[in-house]
Amino acid sequence: MRSAHAALFTRDLALARGGGAGLGVVFFLLVVTLTPFAVGPDLALLRRIGPAILWLGALLATLLGLDRLLQADHEDGSLDLIALAPAGLETMVATKILAHWVTTGLPLVIAAPLFGVMLDLSPDALGRVALALALGTPAMASLGAVGAALTVGLRRGGLLVPVLILPLAIPVLIFGVSASAEGAEAGGALTVLAGLALGYAVLGPFSAAAALRALRD
Amino acid sequence: MGLISAVSSLANPARFAAFATKALPWLAGLSAALLAVGLYMALFVAPADYQQGETVRIMFLHVPSAWLGMMAYVIMAVASIGVLVWRHPVADVSAKAAAPLGAAFTFLALATGSLWGKPMWGTWWVWDARLTSFLILFLMYLGLMALRSAMEEPSRAAKACAILTLVGSVNIPIIKFSVDWWNTLHQPASVIRAGKPTMDPSILTPLLICAIAFTVLFVTLHLAGMRTELVRRRLRTLRITTASAALAPEPAE
Repeated sequence: MRSAHAALFTRDLALARGGGAGLGVVFFLLVVTLTPFAVGPDLALLRRIGPAILWLGALLATLLGLDRLLQADHEDGSLDLIALAPAGLETMVATKILAHWVTTGLPLVIAAPLFGVMLDLSPDALGRVALALALGTPAMASLGAVGAALTVGLRRGGLLVPVLILPLAIPVLIFGVSASAEGAEAGGALTVLAGLALGYAVLGPFSAAAALRALRD
Repeated sequence: MGLISAVSSLANPARFAAFATKALPWLAGLSAALLAVGLYMALFVAPADYQQGETVRIMFLHVPSAWLGMMAYVIMAVASIGVLVWRHPVADVSAKAAAPLGAAFTFLALATGSLWGKPMWGTWWVWDARLTSFLILFLMYLGLMALRSAMEEPSRAAKACAILTLVGSVNIPIIKFSVDWWNTLHQPASVIRAGKPTMDPSILTPLLICAIAFTVLFVTLHLAGMRTELVRRRLRTLRITTASAALAPEPAE
């Protein structure tokens, strides 16, 4: 028999295969496409602000799937099953976050260097952005899970999550963009970003699980 | 011991409401008197700054507002622990009443800072580390209030807001640190930073009086808000009981 975590993980992956996972990447591409229309097709400028555009696009794209992260499970009752599973709610939530990241965050990390080419980023910069996003998107997913858990069952939840989560995500953005940029600070910023990702990987599941427990009381 | 039992007796909502009703007129009077003294000293007695001229008087409103904007969050964080650990209804009432006050004082601090910035920095807004941190704090207050207003049931809203407040309070030092770091990385050249001169008593005394006056004002408004909220909740319970009594033959829910 599979463990509860493995079952949940494979179930979420199977559900994501049904569609929706690619939508985040399309949205990401749209943000990258819209920016030259806003600032002009000047490649020198785009190269300079490229990492920032990629980060903003990825940040907004990670918000897209969040309202369905727990809401769908709440609607079909699987949230109750998850709570009853023979495993801690915290680790179950962590599993859900991991599955969510694999299906929505990882495609963004893979797509970022591709979109970076369109912004005329150098190969070095492409690697740095991808590495920083690989650390930053899990942090965003963990934070996002808190917002998703707090708004489970609310009618206006979809709009509320970004309002709750984006202020908290500012450190990830600051250090993410710095780690993507060229310069002496990039290495240090990358370590801080890794630290943030680890910290939020603990804070996120615990707070989200607490919010889900409060919902069940 | 007497003080502790006196304070803990206020945890009873009815006794708290009675205390608030009794204390409010005194607190209101005290804050009015302190504000009058503080503002008179700030606007007429305190000398104008030799560099900044009369605009320095904005400080007497700006600094206390900023201090209360931060204090409100601390109160909310402590109250949130009360909600989650002791599941106490008055703690949630306190957290709920503090949120709009904190948002208002944070907004006041931002607005006065912006008004002060125009003559000092030549622009209404600079992405200065402290201004930016305060803007984020303001946004966090708005998020908390939005979450609260999206939930109809008070007990669920209490726990959700408490969790979000505590997550925020873990994050605030991180945000502060990262914004400071970001700001030193992109230090704008236009900001003229005066050094930090030691404050003369002629300015420090009015500032302290203003800070105390604002704090008493905050306590007054907070108590009034809490009392109103307690009444509102009692009203809600009454409505629900009347409604369920009208539907008595059918089982509730």
